[in-house]
Amino acid sequence: MCSRFAEPAARAGIVVLVVLALAACSRERRTFHDSPPAASVAAESAKAVRSDSGVSRDGPYGNNAWALSQGKQLFSAFNCVGCHSHGGGGMGPPLMDSAWIYGFEPANIYATIANGRPNGMPAFKSRITPQQTWELVAYVRSMSGQGSKAARTNRSDEMEVRPAEAQTKTEKPVLVTPPPTVTPPAQEGHP
Amino acid sequence: MSALCACALSLNGCGLDVHRTPAGAEGQQPHIVLQTALPPGGTGAQIAAAATAPEDGQWIRPAKDFASSRFSGLNEITTSNVAQLKPAWTFPTGVLRGQEAAPIVVGHMMYVVTAYPNLLYAFDLSKPGASLKWMYNPKPATSSQGEACCDVVNRGASYADGKIIYATLDNNVVAVDAESGKEVWRTKVGDINKGETMTMAPLIVKDRVLVGNSGGEMGVRGWIKGLDLKTGAVKWTAMHTGPDSVVLIGPSFKPFYKKDQGTDLGVKTWPGTTWQIGGGGMWGWISYDPALDLIFYGSSNPGPWNPEQRPGDNKWTSTFFARRPETGEAIWAYQMNPHDLHDYDGVNESILLDIPWHGSKRGILVHPDRNGYMYALDRATGEVLYANPYVHITSSDSVSLKTGELALNPTKEPKMGKIVRDVCPAAPGGKDWQPSAFSPRTGLMYVPHQNLCMDEQPTAVSYISGTPYVGMDVRMKPGMGGNRGFVTAWNPVTGKPVWRISEPFPVWSGALATAGDVVFYGTMEGWFKAVDARTGAPLWKYKTTSGIIGQPVAFRGPDGKEYVAVMSGVGGWSGAIVAGGLDPRDSSAALGFVGAMRDLPRVTPKGGTLYVFSLR
Repeated sequence: MCSRFAEPAARAGIVVLVVLALAACSRERRTFHDSPPAASVAAESAKAVRSDSGVSRDGPYGNNAWALSQGKQLFSAFNCVGCHSHGGGGMGPPLMDSAWIYGFEPANIYATIANGRPNGMPAFKSRITPQQTWELVAYVRSMSGQGSKAARTNRSDEMEVRPAEAQTKTEKPVLVTPPPTVTPPAQEGHP
Repeated sequence: MSALCACALSLNGCGLDVHRTPAGAEGQQPHIVLQTALPPGGTGAQIAAAATAPEDGQWIRPAKDFASSRFSGLNEITTSNVAQLKPAWTFPTGVLRGQEAAPIVVGHMMYVVTAYPNLLYAFDLSKPGASLKWMYNPKPATSSQGEACCDVVNRGASYADGKIIYATLDNNVVAVDAESGKEVWRTKVGDINKGETMTMAPLIVKDRVLVGNSGGEMGVRGWIKGLDLKTGAVKWTAMHTGPDSVVLIGPSFKPFYKKDQGTDLGVKTWPGTTWQIGGGGMWGWISYDPALDLIFYGSSNPGPWNPEQRPGDNKWTSTFFARRPETGEAIWAYQMNPHDLHDYDGVNESILLDIPWHGSKRGILVHPDRNGYMYALDRATGEVLYANPYVHITSSDSVSLKTGELALNPTKEPKMGKIVRDVCPAAPGGKDWQPSAFSPRTGLMYVPHQNLCMDEQPTAVSYISGTPYVGMDVRMKPGMGGNRGFVTAWNPVTGKPVWRISEPFPVWSGALATAGDVVFYGTMEGWFKAVDARTGAPLWKYKTTSGIIGQPVAFRGPDGKEYVAVMSGVGGWSGAIVAGGLDPRDSSAALGFVGAMRDLPRVTPKGGTLYVFSLR
């Protein structure tokens, strides 16, 4: 399918087209059974990391349209949508904004999904495969405009409730502290 | 325009003398009189005699009395002097989530429960500035925050037998010694791993502490329990789904309508075993009639929201129950919303009134349901005397007084693959948890509520323990007229609105009525307002530091003066966009409420402050 780009044309044009074609091939690749790095990354637990733990900048599927659409389906199928809505949040924090409590690197998000987090995020590692987890990572990142714009979904199968991921502004992720539980006033002077 | 809208909304009160009073001071909202001739003696409605008590200046349970009147007999603050009301003292709780609790006043002490982590503060009102006497921290599990559908709120504590008793978000009912602040007992009654949380305020009747669970959005199985006041031991549990034996339906159970009669309907009205994850929690209000010895309350919505996954009536969700407080035995039930389509929980308050009805006195309860109808039910039998709209309704056409059935509008039935638009009222209903008040002096109910519609589309959803079980995309929007909130004065005898105040945001605070003929409520912008109980005319307002979604109360201080107290601190389902820092670009956020609340972050920050007001 990709070879159809190799038609007679100006040399420069061919080069451009080949580059585009390779990108498009990566965007369109469908991998049904993959073995992305899992165990070592999942072991990373509470600590937010800023390095990418050997995983590429956008994770294994950040530039793959098919994996992103799989991630979007999984996001509904595993009830992520019930807490995070379509990125705006609810019971859980928003995912389409710039704020990240437990780290924004793909490895951090993987660990959050796999192992859960203390303020209510459940652990999903016993329910989904590492490949599905990475697909979710890719989709979750796309909600705030991370990863390849060309690969992000441009429409929703359901009622429109937010701008499409491909149309969402690319946020600059920042690490924030978890919401303070409580700072009770001092009780000095009282029995 | 607003008058016209109110006319369309009232449906009933509109041939009457409808006019709009001139807008008051800058920022006042339109105030609409629908029916001018209120007899000086009131409407003839009175608080159910057995369920009320002489005014003692205290406020020992959120709803004030067993009738849930939220009426204070104190009359130092009146329509003529309320304009001089000023803050007497304030207290920042340090908790910045939605504050829905009512301050509780017992003797010279005041008690306040915060949102998660459910701190209990005790203030000595006899000391200057009402100094903090002690603070109790029940240390609920942090993970419980992820199981609460609609902000991590708590609706307050109740007092009895020297103990302050309340429920924590992680399903512990705790009794704390009112004097020392020491924990007397603690009983775990639910499991956050199954999606259960607790947000309701217990009602204590005789030696029973009555509590229920939240989690209709998490696939829980709903219940109400009666705990022993002395020890905290669970004495009975009534499930809201399942066979009659566990719903505590026995030979005394006499539902008024045929549609609610039969055996094991809590199983038969569900496909397969889905009743085991069918919702029907109990996170709202309970009233008690000592003369009949019955408690009254409603169960929550069925789960999931997607109705195609649970064909059948889904009993006993969205149902009003009368039970014996000692044993939990069911006496009657009336399902307002069989096979609920739009998250119309039945948990809203009921106010117990005695009214003149066709020439004789009738003991009723008045219940503003989420489905938009104000129900007057006979307390003894569950017969519907009237069910009249108090908001604009498109989801149904009427309630039959003959069969008790709700006539649904088939064009608003959610179906997968289809977007249903302009469903009114929206999922939070014509009114949500925010409790109404009643004044025996005017005979009117004061109903704080919202004016919202929604678009919705069901999606397939699977049950995963401890995760949301909803299956519905929702986007809410302001209802007819554009204002999202109302305070409606309701004549419980005629079943019609008398006057109505429009507010830009949902009125998510409770109401308070006093013998000074003043009605208090708060707004989500942070205004604490006083209006004339007879006319709704604005009398006074004070801007607090955050939106108000709490329950105002009145009490007599140790100095003999009348005080009015309320918590300020925006949040709850409606205020989740601020309390949870949600993203306004996603109108489905917070189960669709964000779609109608995008502008809230521009008018209020988070908060968590107790305000106490007095004259001088």
